[in-house]
Amino acid sequence: MTSPLARSLAVFRSDAIQRLLAFGALIVMIIVFSVASPNFLQFNNIIGILLATAINGVLALGVTFVIISGGIDLSIGTVMTLSAVITGVLITNMDLPVPVGIVGGILTGGLAGVANGILIARFHIPPFIATLGMLNVAKGFALVISGLKPIYFNDTPEVNQSAMGSLIGSLIPGLAIPNIVLVLFGAALVASLVLSKTVLGRFTFALGSNEEAARLSGVSVDRWKIAVYTTCGLFAGLAGVLIAARLNSAQPALGQGYELDAIAAAVIGGTSLSGGEGSILGTVIGAFIISTLTNGLRILSVPQEWQIVVTGGIVILAVYLDVVRRRQRA
Amino acid sequence: MADLLVEMAGIEKRFPGVHALEDARFELRAGEVHALVGENGAGKSTLMKILAGIYQPDAGSIRFRDQEVVIPNPRAAQQLGISIIHQELNLMPHLTVAQNIFIGREPRARLPFVLDDRALNARTRALFESLHLRMDPRRRVGDLAVAEQQMVEIAKALSFNAAVLIMDEPTAALTDTEIGELFRIIRQLRENGVGVVHISHRLEELKQISDRVTVMRDGRYVATLPTAEARLEQVISMMVGRTIFEEASEIPEAANEEIVLEVRHLNRGRMVRDVSFDLRRGEILGFAGLVGAGRTEVARAVFGADRADSGEILVHGTPVRIASPSDAVRHGIGYLSEDRKRYGLALGMDVESNIVLASLRRFVGWLGSINTRLTRSASQRQVTNLAIKTPSLRQKVRNLSGGTQQKVVVGKWLTADTEILIFDEPTRGIDIGAKSEIYRLLNDLARDGKAIIMISSELPEILRMSHRIVVMCEGRITGVLASADATQEAIMGYATQRPAAA
Repeated sequence: MTSPLARSLAVFRSDAIQRLLAFGALIVMIIVFSVASPNFLQFNNIIGILLATAINGVLALGVTFVIISGGIDLSIGTVMTLSAVITGVLITNMDLPVPVGIVGGILTGGLAGVANGILIARFHIPPFIATLGMLNVAKGFALVISGLKPIYFNDTPEVNQSAMGSLIGSLIPGLAIPNIVLVLFGAALVASLVLSKTVLGRFTFALGSNEEAARLSGVSVDRWKIAVYTTCGLFAGLAGVLIAARLNSAQPALGQGYELDAIAAAVIGGTSLSGGEGSILGTVIGAFIISTLTNGLRILSVPQEWQIVVTGGIVILAVYLDVVRRRQRA
Repeated sequence: MADLLVEMAGIEKRFPGVHALEDARFELRAGEVHALVGENGAGKSTLMKILAGIYQPDAGSIRFRDQEVVIPNPRAAQQLGISIIHQELNLMPHLTVAQNIFIGREPRARLPFVLDDRALNARTRALFESLHLRMDPRRRVGDLAVAEQQMVEIAKALSFNAAVLIMDEPTAALTDTEIGELFRIIRQLRENGVGVVHISHRLEELKQISDRVTVMRDGRYVATLPTAEARLEQVISMMVGRTIFEEASEIPEAANEEIVLEVRHLNRGRMVRDVSFDLRRGEILGFAGLVGAGRTEVARAVFGADRADSGEILVHGTPVRIASPSDAVRHGIGYLSEDRKRYGLALGMDVESNIVLASLRRFVGWLGSINTRLTRSASQRQVTNLAIKTPSLRQKVRNLSGGTQQKVVVGKWLTADTEILIFDEPTRGIDIGAKSEIYRLLNDLARDGKAIIMISSELPEILRMSHRIVVMCEGRITGVLASADATQEAIMGYATQRPAAA
C-alpha cells in the first residue's frame, strides 16, 4: 500500500520530526548568537538563559499534558500568581514553616486544575472558555488575598535561597547553577516519566487521539480529563512557588501572558494543538528556544518590542509546520 | 434448548425525528452465531448498541444469563462479558496496536499507576498468535491500512474473552482471505460457547456462518429462523416487507442527449487513478463499487473539494479549471455528500437559510444586505416543488427527518441553478418510505434534464436507478455497464476485479 520510503519515514512520528527540527533550530540559534556576540556564551549569560527558562519551562510541562489531551489551559499564568500569593500568605503572613508554604502553593495550583477539569469534563464547558474564566478568577483571588500588595519573604531568606542558591555550586565550586534550574530538569524528568510510563500518560494521549474511542472502550473519560487538568494545575502551582522564591516576593499583579509563552513552548516542541501528539523533551527544547531567542536578541540590542514580535512569529511558524505535517499525512 | 445468554424484549428507542426501535426483540444462545439482518435504518445497530451499553433504551427489558440487567455504559457491558466491534472504526490513531487493544486494561508494573509495556506487547503478541494474526503490536494504528485497523478492532473485542460478541458489519472493509480468517475465528469462538451476533449486509455470508437469522424492518422485529431452513429470497422479502421485484425500473432513454460533463484521466493519490467517463443530459450514471473503491474521492475531485493531481474536466465540451468547490458551483456542479449532517447542511439554521446557502450572492442587495423577500420566495418554491415536509421555512433543519433533510440539500443545489448533481449515497440513513421518494425525485430531476451521478453501495438501488453503471475498484474504473446488461453478479465481478498491482 505505502511506499517503502513512506513506511520508513513513518517510523519517525511527526512530533519527533518537529522535535528534531526544534532541536536543530536551537543549535543554529546558539551558533548564530555566539558568532554575533562574544557575550553570548559567557557563563553568566548561560545562567541567565537557564534562569529565564525555568519558570516558563515548568508551566509548559503542565500545559503539554493538557494540549496532548486535546484541550487547552489559559489559566496557568494567573494560577501561578495565585499559588505564589498563597505561599506568601502561608509563610510571611501566617508564619508557617517554609515547606508548608511550598506545599500549599503547589496544592493551590492543583485545586485550580481540579476546578478547570470539573468545569470541562462534567459541565461540558469548552476548555478555552472554562480556563479563560479561571484566568480571571485566579487573578482576582490573587489580588484580593494579597490586598493588591506584594508579599515579601524578608524574614525567611531560605525561600529565596531554595531557588537561587546553588547546590551544585556548593559541591563543585565555580559551577554555580541555581537550584531553580535543577527543579526544572527534575520536574521535566518526572513529567516525562508520567507521560510515557503511567496510566495517566497513556490516557492523556488516548483522549487527544480519539476521545470517543476511549469512551467506547470503557475508559472513564471524565475522570481522566480532570486528572489531566489537575496535573497541569500542579505544575502551575510549582511555577508559582518558584517565581515567588526567585523574586523573593509574591507579586499579585504578575502572571498574565505567561500562559501564552508556555503554550508556545509546547507547540514549538512538537505538541500538536489538535491533540494526540507531543513530548516533554520537545517542550523543554521549545522553552529553551524562546528564552535563547529573547536573550540573544537582547544581547544584539534588539529593542524589547521587537523581541516580542519575533517570538510571536516563531509561534505562528511552529503551528503552521504542525498543520503542514498533518495535511501531508491525510 | 441450548442455554439462553441474552434476551431483549419490548425495546423502544426514539431519537429526535426518528422512532428507531419499536417493540424490538432479540435472543442469543451460548454457542451460536446469530445473524441480524435488515435494510439500512432497520434498527440493527441501534439495538446492538443498546446491548453494548452505548445507548439507553426508552423502554423494554434486557435479560442476561436469566438475570434482568441494566447496562448503563460500555464498561458495564464489558464487565458482563458483552463486547462489540463497531461499524465505524473506533481506534486511537496516535496509539500503538497494543495500546489500543488494552486501553483501560493495561498491565501494570509493581508501582502504582506505572504501566508495564513489555507485558502489554507480550499479551498482544499472544492474542495475535491465538488468532493467527501477524502484526507488530508496536505499530501505530494511524499508520495501518483500513483492513489492518479492522483486524485490530476485532482482536480488541476478542481480547475481552467475551461471552457475547457483537460484530456490526465487520466484513465491509475486508478482503476474501481476511473474511475467511475472521469466519475461522468466529467458528472457534462458537466451539467455546461464545454467543456471536453478526450484523451484515452480505446475505450470502449468512449461509456460511450463522445458525439462526433474525430479520428486522423499520425498527421492529420481523422473525427469527434457523439459517438451514431459511431461503435467501424469503429473508430478503422479510427485510423489505414486500417482494422486491415489484417495482420495475423506469428509465427514460438518454443515450442521444448532449454530453454535459467529461472527465479525462483524472488522478488523485491512490484512490483516483486514471478515471475517465462521460455524463449526459438527463442521465443517471451509477457509481458502484465496494467501500473504499474511490468513488467518493472521484466525486470530491470533480467537485474541487480535493485538488486533483492531474486530469481534465470538460463541461459542455469546454475544459474548465476546478480548484475549489466554488469553481465547481460556478460551472453548475453540485455535490450532495454522503454525510449530510457534516458536509451538506447547516443543521442549526432554518430551511430557508439552507436552501439559499449556495447561491446567496444572487440574493444580496444594496450594501451587502440579503433580500429576504427573494430568499423566502425562492426557498418556498423548492419546498413546494420537492414536497419538502416542513412545518415552516423557519424550521431548523436539525429537527427534520433524514429524507426531508436530503430534499433540503437538493433544493439548495437546484436554487443554485446546478445542472450536474453528484449524489453520494443519497439514501443512506433514510427510512424505507422516504427512500422511494428520493428515487422518484432523482428520476424527476433526470427527466427535467439534469445530469446525475449517483454513488451507491446498494446494488439494487444502483440497478434500479441508473442508465449506465460505472464500477470502480481500488481507485480505477474496472467496468462500465449499460443498465440492460447489468446484474448484481456482473457488478460485483468488476467491483472485486483487482487491476494488476501498480
